[in-house]
Formats: sequence, structure tokens, C-alpha cells
Amino acid sequence: MPIVLDHVSFTYQPDTPFAAPALHDVSINIRSGQFVGLIGHTGSGKSTLIQHCNGLLFPLAGQVTVDGMPVLPKGKDLKEIRRKVGLVFQYPEQQLFEENVALDVAFGPKTLGLEDAEIQRRVRWAMKMVDLEFAKFKDASPFELSGGEKRRVAIAGVLAMQPKYLILDEPCAGLDPGGREEILDQLKRLNEKGLAIVLVSHSMDDVARLAKRLIVIHEGAVVYDDQVRQVFSKAKELADMGLDVPAVMKLMMLLKEKGLDVRQSVLSAEEGQEEILRVLNHA
Amino acid sequence: MIEIKNLHYQYDEKMEALRGVDLFVPEGQFLAIVGHNGSGKSTLAMHLNGLLLPSSGDVTVNGLNSKNPSEFWSLRQQVGMVFQNPDNQLIATSVEEDTAFGPENLGMEPSLIRRQVDEALMTVGMEAYKDKAVHLLSGGQKQRVAIAGIMAMRPKVLVLDEPTAMLDPRGRNEVMNAVHKLNREERITVIYITHMMEEAVTAQRVVVMEEGTIVMDGAPVEIFNQVEELKRLRLDVPLAVEMVYRLRKHGFLLPESILTIEELAVELCP
Repeated sequence: MPIVLDHVSFTYQPDTPFAAPALHDVSINIRSGQFVGLIGHTGSGKSTLIQHCNGLLFPLAGQVTVDGMPVLPKGKDLKEIRRKVGLVFQYPEQQLFEENVALDVAFGPKTLGLEDAEIQRRVRWAMKMVDLEFAKFKDASPFELSGGEKRRVAIAGVLAMQPKYLILDEPCAGLDPGGREEILDQLKRLNEKGLAIVLVSHSMDDVARLAKRLIVIHEGAVVYDDQVRQVFSKAKELADMGLDVPAVMKLMMLLKEKGLDVRQSVLSAEEGQEEILRVLNHA
Repeated sequence: MIEIKNLHYQYDEKMEALRGVDLFVPEGQFLAIVGHNGSGKSTLAMHLNGLLLPSSGDVTVNGLNSKNPSEFWSLRQQVGMVFQNPDNQLIATSVEEDTAFGPENLGMEPSLIRRQVDEALMTVGMEAYKDKAVHLLSGGQKQRVAIAGIMAMRPKVLVLDEPTAMLDPRGRNEVMNAVHKLNREERITVIYITHMMEEAVTAQRVVVMEEGTIVMDGAPVEIFNQVEELKRLRLDVPLAVEMVYRLRKHGFLLPESILTIEELAVELCP
């Protein structure tokens, strides 16, 4: 069962002089277990789109369903939908507020009215998922942690709701390369455990590394929705939209232009290395 | 020029963020500072215009010491800062008004403000947007307006703390190009903090911070050749450097001076 957006259109402040159309006839679906990248320049409609996936915004036209449940204002399934679709906003550490990490992670599950033992079990599990050792971090104040650790606490808080879909808006922005690496590794592992992940990112390298499928949104409409390699083969079109291709792909395109017969659709440094070696060793 | 001597800074008894930093930056240099979160980069940056004052040691910019109250405001005017989030830095409703905010507060003549605002918007390529509403701009455009607002005060030094972290690829290019142009054409000294090594290689000099001290300092080529050391410090290297490192391991002795994919392509396809 998927998240389905069916011909969704949305306008901020409709019927006013400030009306700002944000989504235009968007139809996509996110199936369970998928790892989807979502790219688009600032203001292209990415954030508006993801807020439709768990009922923070409702379409002006078209409809959204999550596992068959319609996403409607005051709909009876809204609470269940918001539990199933976990949303991690930009700079989620700004939303930490409890006096210690364990309490912060427990905040969400508590609102579900679960038993205490179950809440504790989930807190431990969620912290483990993001590599925060329970004994070491449970009593720490979230505000004393490093940037990367804070962000992992925020993600653990969403995981503790045991969502089926996890949508993250720029989870690596502002993190150092080490912190970024940790978050990306954890997303990969969570996906391997069956969690569907939607990664919104301005880093073409990050989506190339993890996503299988890539959705490109431009001026509120879906322009591409395909395998990552297929989408990144449209280098010129992406550049015209203010986007880019991964650095390694740019290298391969340059080599090709200069006459080295390399395959261009590589997504990682390892693949690039193999491809260059293959061609050089045969030259 | 910027002179930092034995700078220590303590947030509280437990946390010493800077532990003896010495740094000399000549006028007109483009210096990139890299280091993982918590290494002290931003704390150092905030000392350059007196947002933070040293626990011990000295920071002087063109002879103005941040600890000297009578020189404090001249220091603020000479050293402008741009931060990560464009939305936190813009205050007026139109681009032009926002750019004029700084000079107005310095009490400049209106005719002079007019001229400096026009020139500042021109240098960042935003003159066509001067009547536009700030909230309708893209991230890259907002950051360029933030830079223009500082340029309108005619600073000598521009300090940028991860100015592209929240931007899309086009926005990142716009900001990088604008900063390089200011450095090249206006001889502005640039201190550029970043996690993106592709940006750091475009600087004249790179400083690596770790645990509140400077652990590496040199030209980009000297710094980025030390791939293993950088990885140990939890930093990245640009893709071209990574690729040279990998290919060298396989017996292709490419020069270690390669920093960009363009240089690598030339080397592989002579």
C-alpha cells in the first residue's frame, strides 16, 4: 500500500491578491520500502509537496491517500496517517525541548497513549537506530549535544512513532562531512529494514548515493520521476532548472567530451574509479 | 589585515571553544576555514567583528582591537558577517531598503547611501531586483542581498559562515561567484567558513580547525593532498582529489596537485 498523490494542486492564500500557486497537477506514489530522492530548486514546491503526504496541508484540487486512507481535514484517520508518515523538517533540532534525550524521544509515543513499557521499548529502539547509546545519552540535555547528535535525537523522536514512511527535508544541511556520513548511513540501514524513505536534498551526491528513484519538481510540477541514473542523464535540463548532477558524473561527462570512452552514468566515486580504470587499462 | 594572537575563548568553565589560536591574514586574501562541527570555526569568526570578545589574547583588524571600546564601532563597520540562514538576516520589505539598513544606521548622507546601495547591489548582480520584495527571492538571491547590505557599509573584511549550506546548486554558484568577484575586484579580504570542500579549493589559503586550534594551514593543494589526515579529522576531500588518490593506488601516477575535475580531465585526456 502506498502514499498516493492524485492530480494534486495547491495554492497558498487562494482567492486573495497574495495567491501563490505552489503545486500544479502533481501525481506521484511512494510505495512501502522505497528509497526516493526529491530534488528541486528553492521555491520549486518540494516542502509543499511533502506536507501533503501527512496532512499538514490539504490539496485544493485532487486527492491524497495513505495506505488507502484519504487525507482530509478533520478526517477520522488523520492521527493514524500522521503516525504512519513521519516528517523530519529542516533543522529539526530546533524542535527539541525536553530536559533530557530520553524524554524528548518519548514525547511522540506518549501522545499515542501507549503503555509505559512500550514507550520505553520504543525509545531504546529509536535511539539504537540512530546510533545514540541509550545509557550514555538518555540523561543528557539535548542542548549540550553536537549538531549531528541533536539532529539524530530529533530523527529518533520521529522513529519512535514507528512510521512506515519517513520523509526528511534536507537532513544533512549544516552538518560537517562526518555528521552527514552518519545520517546517510543510518537512512540506508533504516531503508534496508523496510522503512520507506523520501530524501529531500540539494546535494546531488547524497541522493545519487542512496536513492533508487528520483523525483524532480520544478515550478510546482513533477518534471521527472524515474530511476536515478535516468534522471541524471538529463544534465542540461537539470542545469536549466538550477539543479546539477553528481560531481562524479560531471567528471565522466568531461572525460567523454575530451575523447575518453567512459560510460557517463556513474553515481559514486567507486563506480567512477572502476570505469576510468577499465578504459585506461584497455587503452 | 587581521591579526589574531594567542586567542582563547571559554563559553563556560567546562567548555573552552578556542585554545590558543594564532592567525595572520594579509589584506585581500581569500581564506577558507574548514573543520567539523564544534571545532571552533564559528566562534573564531564571531571574534572578528567583536560579536564575541576574547577570554584572553587579542584580535585586531587594521589596527583596531576588539577589546578596545573606543574602536569597537569602527571594527564592526570594517568587518561584515553573513550567516547560514538567509531568512534570519533580512529585515526590510524591499531589496533596496534592506541594503540601505546598514548605511542608514551609520548615519550616512542620503545621497551617499543612494550611491552605495546602488553600487553594492550592482556588485552582487542584484540591481534588477532593487524594488522586489525580499520574501519572494530565492535563497541564493537572499544571500546576495545580505552581502550587498554589508558591502553598502564599505567593509574591508567579509566573514561568511556557511553561506551556502541551505542553498540549491544554482544558489551556491551565485553566492560563490559574487564573493570571488568582491575579493578580486574590490580587494575585500574574505574569511569563508564551509563544509563543502569544492568551495574551499577555490580559496587562496585553507585553514583546518580541530578542538579549538588550527591544525593545518596552507594553500589548497598542500592541505588537500593529505587525504588520510583529512579523513581522520572527519572531513571530506573534493571528488577530483579522491579520484586521484584512488587511481594512484592502482598505479596511475597522476600529479597530486590536481584539485578540480577540469584539471583531472586534462591530465587523463592530454
